[in-house]
Amino acid sequence: MKDLFAVIMLSGIYGLLSASFFVAMDAVDVAFTEAAVGAGISTLLMLVVITMTGRKEKPTRHKPISALFVVIITGGLLIYGTLDMPYFGAADAPIHNHTSPRYINDSMQEIGIPNIVTSVLASYRAFDTFGEVVVIFTAGIGVLAMLSVARRKEDEDDEIASINDSMHQQHLVIRIVAKMLIPFILLFALYVQFHGDFGPGGGFQAGVIFAAAIILYAMLFGLATARRVINQTFIQLIAAIGVLLYGCVGLVSLMNGGNFFDYNVLSSDPIAGQHLGILIIEWGVGCTVASVMVIIFFNFAGRRQFQSLKKQTKHTESSK
Amino acid sequence: MDTVITISSGFFILVGCFLCFSGGVGLLRFPDFYTRMHAVGVTDTLGAGMILIGLMFISSDILVFAKLVMILLLTLLIGPTTSHVLAKAAYHNGLMPKALNKLKKNNDKEANSSTL
Amino acid sequence: MLIAATLAIFVTMILAIVRGITGPTLYDRILAVNMFGTKTVLLIALLGFVMGRPEFLDIAIVYALINFISVIGVLRYSDTDQFNHTPPQNEQTEKER
Repeated sequence: MKDLFAVIMLSGIYGLLSASFFVAMDAVDVAFTEAAVGAGISTLLMLVVITMTGRKEKPTRHKPISALFVVIITGGLLIYGTLDMPYFGAADAPIHNHTSPRYINDSMQEIGIPNIVTSVLASYRAFDTFGEVVVIFTAGIGVLAMLSVARRKEDEDDEIASINDSMHQQHLVIRIVAKMLIPFILLFALYVQFHGDFGPGGGFQAGVIFAAAIILYAMLFGLATARRVINQTFIQLIAAIGVLLYGCVGLVSLMNGGNFFDYNVLSSDPIAGQHLGILIIEWGVGCTVASVMVIIFFNFAGRRQFQSLKKQTKHTESSK
Repeated sequence: MDTVITISSGFFILVGCFLCFSGGVGLLRFPDFYTRMHAVGVTDTLGAGMILIGLMFISSDILVFAKLVMILLLTLLIGPTTSHVLAKAAYHNGLMPKALNKLKKNNDKEANSSTL
Repeated sequence: MLIAATLAIFVTMILAIVRGITGPTLYDRILAVNMFGTKTVLLIALLGFVMGRPEFLDIAIVYALINFISVIGVLRYSDTDQFNHTPPQNEQTEKER
């Protein structure tokens, strides 16, 4: 399929579909993430990218046979590797013997949170999650380093704003509906953030939903307006603070005489300590994810606007 | 009382499913974009509403009921809006209905023949 | 009854996918994705009742919101020049004539 737009639409459908089978397999948290990230944000970001790069796939000149060869060999080796593994769903597989039963049986006494996924993610494997947050933060930094456009002068900003205004005069209905919906979306994101201990949800999903609301605002009311509401430097600060908050919880637990990310020592009562640690960590994750998503979108869209502005000025100069 | 609830919820869900399915068939079978849009836009909102109301009848506790009401309100708000915006964007970007296209061609031919 | 409803929604989703793959114009595809999204909301709500776990409804709400946002995004970014169904140069030349 050469039409990249159709590819993006189909990948959006794929995101929705894969989330539905995660639901069917009872992996509610994964389905939640897939719905918010795979079907929502990544589709949007890819769309912004293809508006910059062009809609048609370039014809490839090189012959991909050698690549196919490598892929077949690697795939064959990987499949060969899986032959040693226990069968899917086998009751005597090692994972069903020590790790899973421990989480399922003991997490309620040790951590005291009904949602086992959250307790595994934020407490038992806090180090893993810290790595994930750092990866997201690094992605944000990478986008900033490569795509950030130097601040323009104010009059140019106004010009962009006026272009946007004329462009969005036609979107009256959708603007009003979005105005009604955005507070609800933000509230729902907070609900997901704090309800993560009891049901599906948590910092990652909440961050993405929060960012989606801001992106919706930026799409409908113009980037310049959104930038006036949410300052770029402020948001970079928030992204860094989220990671630091997460790391600091680990440091505090070290100083209180426990291991890194051992929340038991955060409070006099171990379970209260666990609750406190998970709450703060989820906050850190939520802050970082939301602000990095917004940073990525702002920079992509800002780059695009910059390009179109350049084209326009060139056009007017040539016509003069 | 129980049978009344079961029957009414079943009725609503059945009607909703029929509407959704007919919308799907319309999406597949109708000749051009605007007619497909009509099929989907009309049946989607009503069908979803019917199914959600049917589920409300058999919901066990008040929180589930409230969430269903929330989803219903969201679909009522979102469905017509997206239909409106889609149709508007398509029309603005020059996608013409099939019937209108034929008319236009005929008019063009007539105009050309009259000038010649 | 619930299982029958789930199956009906599932079949409708398949119809939407077919339209999304074949759809001649861009807008047919967007329409198919939109319909697919609303049907997924219903499917998840129904599945929650079938499997007796009504907390699935949270996911359904997220779906409804995300679907709306992505459709708006698609429309917003399909408004640029390269997505126009008729290239704008033709209109200008016609006006000049």
